[in-house]
Amino acid sequence: MTQNIIDNARQFILALPHAKALGLVLDDIGAGKAQISMPYSTALIGDLETGVIHGGAVSAMMDTCCGAAVMSHPKAGLATATIDLRIDYMRAAVPKATITATAQCYHVSSSVAFVRATATDGTSDTPVATATGTFAVERTI
Amino acid sequence: MTRRSPEPVDVVKTRRDSALLALKARVPYAEYLGVSFERRGDELTTTMPFRADLLGNPILPALHGGAIAAFLEVTAQVALSWSVIWPIFEQEGAIETLPALPKTIDITVDYLRSGLPRDTYARAKVTRAGRRFASVQVEAWQDNHARPIAMATGHFLMQNNG
Repeated sequence: MTQNIIDNARQFILALPHAKALGLVLDDIGAGKAQISMPYSTALIGDLETGVIHGGAVSAMMDTCCGAAVMSHPKAGLATATIDLRIDYMRAAVPKATITATAQCYHVSSSVAFVRATATDGTSDTPVATATGTFAVERTI
Repeated sequence: MTRRSPEPVDVVKTRRDSALLALKARVPYAEYLGVSFERRGDELTTTMPFRADLLGNPILPALHGGAIAAFLEVTAQVALSWSVIWPIFEQEGAIETLPALPKTIDITVDYLRSGLPRDTYARAKVTRAGRRFASVQVEAWQDNHARPIAMATGHFLMQNNG
């Protein structure tokens, strides 16, 4: 049963058109946790002078990763939608580095899932960004 | 004493529009999202035309929350840069070098309605323009401006403040 939930979540995330467009890779998913990476791409640059990836692309990746964590939670419903998402940017991601986001859904109530996520680029112990979000749990479609 | 006659309107417009284009060209990610900018005086409206690869849920269908967040952030950042440039225009000055883009410190997005497969518009308001920090509010809507699909508040770090 739990495996079913995880498989469904995996398929759902892989089918998201915008996730494909960003080149997102689902590294790991299971029981309220997800890890997604985003390889560096010049299309995602936020400032040509620095070559740093735009915060918006990091937001999009964090949103996807948090949604994946919600969908893989044993108490999750059939679908989910973001209610709110806050991103804190600790530092600029190093150009050419792949960014990896890890999200954990730490509580699911009857209708709301609570998630935290961290994004790193593997060049430092300081994360690139952290996120906190709440997601609506849809139990009927 | 002679009063300087006002510059021809097309000269003023060209200068302002080309600065806006140069600003946009600095942000390849805005190009990637397909974002365009429309200017009325100092007021900017951004448009993110619908594209299938902006969808999150293709079954509903609904725009990806991440694409909406990214669009809001691009709008907030460019509007903030624009608000820094604008006072220079008002003194009829030309922009020699664009100021460095402000860096996002944080952004909080409220998703109010599902994003339909339609064009999305956004406008930002700089609520605090400090020397080091700025606060920006931005909202996105589709067919009906009175029914925004998402709103965000962001804080930005201003660069090269001398």
